[in-house]
Amino acid sequence: MDTIQLILNGMMREALSPQTAAVAIAVIGLNIHFGFTGLLNMGQSGFMLLGAYGFAISIWHDLPMVVGLLFGFGAALIFALILGAPTLKLRGDYLAIVTISAAEIIRYVGRSALLTDFTGSAQGIPGSQYRSSFTGLSFFGSGSFTLIPFNYTDVADGAAWVRVLGWAIAIAIVVVLVLRLRRGGAFNGIAQAALMGLLLVAGVFLLFFLFPVPNQRTGVNGWWVRFVAWGLVLLCTFVVYLLVRSPWGRLLRGIREDEDAIRSLGKNVFSIKMQALIIGGLFGALGGIVYVLPASVQPDSMGRSLTFFCYTALLIGGAATIFGPVLGAVIFFAARIGIKYTAAAYVPDSIMNNQQTEQFSYIVVGVALMLIVIFRPQGILGNKRELRFNV
Amino acid sequence: MSDQTVASRNLADPVARRELVSGFDASPGGSKPDSILLVDKITRQFGGMTAVDVEHLEVQRGLITALIGPNGAGKTTFFNLITGFDRPTSAGKGAHWAFDGRTLDKTSASSVAQAGMVRTFQLTKALSAMTVIENMMLGAQNQAGENLFKSMFRGSWRKQEQEIEAKADELLARFKLYEKKDDYAGSLSGGQRKLLEMARALMSDPKMIMLDEPMAGVNPALTQSLLGHIQGLRDEGMTVLFVEHDMHVVRHISDWVAVMAEGRLVAEGPADTVMSNPAVIDAYLGAHHDTDLGDDALLSDEAFEQIEGEVEAEREAEEEQQ
Amino acid sequence: MVRGVAGLVLALLLTPLIALISSGAANAVDTLCLAEADKTACIAGTLRTEADVVPDVTLTITGPGGFSEEVTTGETGKWNVQVTEPGAYVVKIDEDSLPDDVVTDHPEVTINVGRLGATQAATLDVRTGSYSAESSKFDELVQSTVNGLRLGLLLALASVGLSLIYGTTGLSNFAHAEQVTLGGILGYYLINRGGLSLIVGGILVVVICAFTGWFQDRVLWQPLRRRGLGLTQLMIVTIGLSLALQYCYQYFVGARTVRVVQDNPEVSTFGPITITNQSIVAMAISVVVLAAVGYALLRTRIGRATRAVSDNPALAAASGIDTDKVIRLVWTVAMALAGLSGLLYALVTNGIKWDTGLQILLLLFAAVTLGGLGTAFGALLGALIIGLVVEISPVLGMPGDFKYATALLILILLLLVRPQGLLGKPQRVG
Ligand SMILES: Nc1ncnc2c1ncn2[C@@H]1O[C@H](COP(=O)(O)OP(=O)(O)OP(=O)(O)O)[C@@H](O)[C@H]1O
Ligand SMILES: [Mg+2]
Repeated sequence: MDTIQLILNGMMREALSPQTAAVAIAVIGLNIHFGFTGLLNMGQSGFMLLGAYGFAISIWHDLPMVVGLLFGFGAALIFALILGAPTLKLRGDYLAIVTISAAEIIRYVGRSALLTDFTGSAQGIPGSQYRSSFTGLSFFGSGSFTLIPFNYTDVADGAAWVRVLGWAIAIAIVVVLVLRLRRGGAFNGIAQAALMGLLLVAGVFLLFFLFPVPNQRTGVNGWWVRFVAWGLVLLCTFVVYLLVRSPWGRLLRGIREDEDAIRSLGKNVFSIKMQALIIGGLFGALGGIVYVLPASVQPDSMGRSLTFFCYTALLIGGAATIFGPVLGAVIFFAARIGIKYTAAAYVPDSIMNNQQTEQFSYIVVGVALMLIVIFRPQGILGNKRELRFNV
Repeated sequence: MSDQTVASRNLADPVARRELVSGFDASPGGSKPDSILLVDKITRQFGGMTAVDVEHLEVQRGLITALIGPNGAGKTTFFNLITGFDRPTSAGKGAHWAFDGRTLDKTSASSVAQAGMVRTFQLTKALSAMTVIENMMLGAQNQAGENLFKSMFRGSWRKQEQEIEAKADELLARFKLYEKKDDYAGSLSGGQRKLLEMARALMSDPKMIMLDEPMAGVNPALTQSLLGHIQGLRDEGMTVLFVEHDMHVVRHISDWVAVMAEGRLVAEGPADTVMSNPAVIDAYLGAHHDTDLGDDALLSDEAFEQIEGEVEAEREAEEEQQ
Repeated sequence: MVRGVAGLVLALLLTPLIALISSGAANAVDTLCLAEADKTACIAGTLRTEADVVPDVTLTITGPGGFSEEVTTGETGKWNVQVTEPGAYVVKIDEDSLPDDVVTDHPEVTINVGRLGATQAATLDVRTGSYSAESSKFDELVQSTVNGLRLGLLLALASVGLSLIYGTTGLSNFAHAEQVTLGGILGYYLINRGGLSLIVGGILVVVICAFTGWFQDRVLWQPLRRRGLGLTQLMIVTIGLSLALQYCYQYFVGARTVRVVQDNPEVSTFGPITITNQSIVAMAISVVVLAAVGYALLRTRIGRATRAVSDNPALAAASGIDTDKVIRLVWTVAMALAGLSGLLYALVTNGIKWDTGLQILLLLFAAVTLGGLGTAFGALLGALIIGLVVEISPVLGMPGDFKYATALLILILLLLVRPQGLLGKPQRVG
């Protein structure tokens, strides 16, 4: 029981971590590219890295944070323009090839010893160089606290039945939420919306009750950065909701289906695709900035694999859905940590050492990605009829 | 301008039309008194093979012009070229084409459509994972909500959206697709997709509509209603250019016929005379040795008119019921 | 279908267990220096001449506070030392410990350790005795042209297969790079660890890789094609496979570089060109194999069938070609070629890592796109161009770190003027 509690605690901590939120934001961007428009952007990590570099380098060189944000977004914008211009008129594969290559090039260039004064070369830029202007904004004070001080240990001494019951209820709530989301129009009408909101809040409270997460208030990896990161996730989700229910969003889906048909209707397909590429790339840059806030800018941690993780998260949650990216990112990170901890706890060290549990968890991720695409391409929230992949 | 309105009023009248076309120059590439589309020296080669090589072609405003020719004659390629989906090999070397007075030599496909020349595809391009009504609404031009910045503010496009939907409903009703409004376009039958594609093209109020084999794979009864629609469009003043293999259809509705073979324009003329043109027979015989265009049985309208009568009766019966 | 996928999944998940059985002997790992924040810093480097790394050389490092330590370079020429104080350190080569054919003009460098918690790179200048630092620009150009041809030929081996797969199935195989790595890693296991001779081991590597190609198509790609999966879906499946394989390699081999053969290669010199004998043989093998593939495509029945399927699968099927058989063969050959490429790459560059393949993936894609997606001969041409560009651009002034960027730049420029690639055909609309 205690091992399970430990593993679940770890999963909860990972699900909540600001880096999960950061990837969720990048996946929201990728969803605009791949989910709604059908653009095969295989370089989302490049957008993230550019955002992070723009932000960190500016602040490191004593520019204000706002300028850092502008540089981060500006770099992503230019990147999108450069990659989009030659490829968006061609078949989808070209964009995939060019973006994956370009993202890698950004990483190589960032690692280059020639740019040590800017990018810190392979070692990257330590968080301490740019973080303070962000933590300086915090109104959370110092010290540490647990989000809900009241937790399972306070009821019947944390007996097993309390936890099992709690888990059962939590799972039930999640299932109800997912089913409602899948049906679509889950937030239509005030009563519906209120019910959904209530369930959501209750579920979150229950989770915190079951898996108390103590953290610093403002410190390097504390509540402040979590608050901002998840706040941004909500904001981005809302923006995407506004975008895709509009005629512009309809155009995106039309392009995903058949861009020649859209062209024959007098729409400037190239321009719309470029807009989508830029918007999604900006989300990627924002994700990259959030990603490095609690850590450091490490070019090697933002390579091709990160893009692939974004795809995995997106497909788990459901491409071309509003909440899919967030759900997918949370599940992806929590499940990976769960696998790792489980392997560490139950597989003897002689078979799988600590390093190898990490790698094992990623092998599972790769296999899971294959299985999802083959057997459930619409993910958890997606609509099977709507989601047909087209190049 | 007043000239044109007079003409378009007259053009609903078969006798007036016949009178008009009888004055046309019936040689291939002959000039028309009021041509909406004008094509010059357009060629397209694939490797060594010349798919299209049209010296000159004019299409008269407000008429239904049929473009016929054996398989592989280059009709679809010709459509692609003038609608901006393909570039002529002769681009920059004398190729020139203009629509409604506007030069299109370097215009992209989307701008061609915006200029008022909208096409459909031989292999339908219904957006199958979207609903029928969404398909239709994509067809409307100048939507404020399609602007990235305005799209986030519903207030800025809500009213226009309602107007567009009303128009789409009307068109769907006309094309007997209203009941399918909220179905995925992928669930439609082949013929219904052709209808949807035509209706969608009409959402943009084009000046000229180009249909690539609109009747292929459509059952005779549906063909009837389609033909009715096409004639209706012409009577409202729209220009129609369509590709068709079925000679009955061609004879039935087209006011003027242009014939292509091996990429070249070989003949032009009114439907009933062009079929007996030796160049046309040659073109078809070259392609199908077993077909004899001169055979009267093939050209007989009797069978056709019989079906037409039946369909008409059926429709009347239906209307009475309602 | 389900059974095939399940089998593959099982195989992938079981690999760690197989590791149990095979991971008997411990490997000589290069010792690692980890800089701890505010406590220690590292000075590290790789001792290499223009031709190769130099193992077993003694270095003396002296620094503030009477710091003095001796280290010996590892088998990949790597060395490092941990220090506890910031300041200026002097790294000196013990010239007696240098191999006979290696000399140095500057046996000392001074390294400034600014802050603790970081690793400082130190480059020591050594060269082979016959190498003159004043070699003219032209000589450099000739040398890098040869290197470029070598890289181009190795890339061509892999990219021809990538292109054939694209041509016959429409799939961009992102796991192709892992197949390249597989060739090198199998080489390490069979030849270095297993003690097979280079020739026997090499043939075995190619055969095993060919089998993995056959097997993949049998249990994965063919069933998925039958299931009617879209191309994008299939492409994401290849991404998943690529991820799983990458981490499998890390699971077994770790993050270190392993070598196929232990002993250092012999070097030949022709005028301005210095080249290892292994490279010469590798280039010869590549040329012969590529010529054979080209001949097969142009002259044999099955080759013509392959090109017919590439041109128009539906038409090819209608005219009696068994497309499934052709595609199976293409997968088998493509994977064998990729494996061979990886093995040769590991030989000429002196080692292979779990991500070696990934590093050249973008070169492969650039080559294939440059030549025209789906055209085998285009891929060959593209690979040679990319290889030359990557190796020659540093000589012409492009900083070495950016040499891959040049390849991408060329790709982007080409897509602007000739999107179908050098030998590709434009698509049909309507
Ligand atoms: N992208 C292409 N590549 C190579 N050849 C092409 C291409 N597009 C068309 N062709 C060739 O050009 C010729 C004309 O084709 P097109 O589709 O225009 O004929 P069509 O008149 O529309 O025939 P159909 O009546 O059968 O539709 C054909 O021989 C065809 O094979
Ligand atoms: Mg055609």
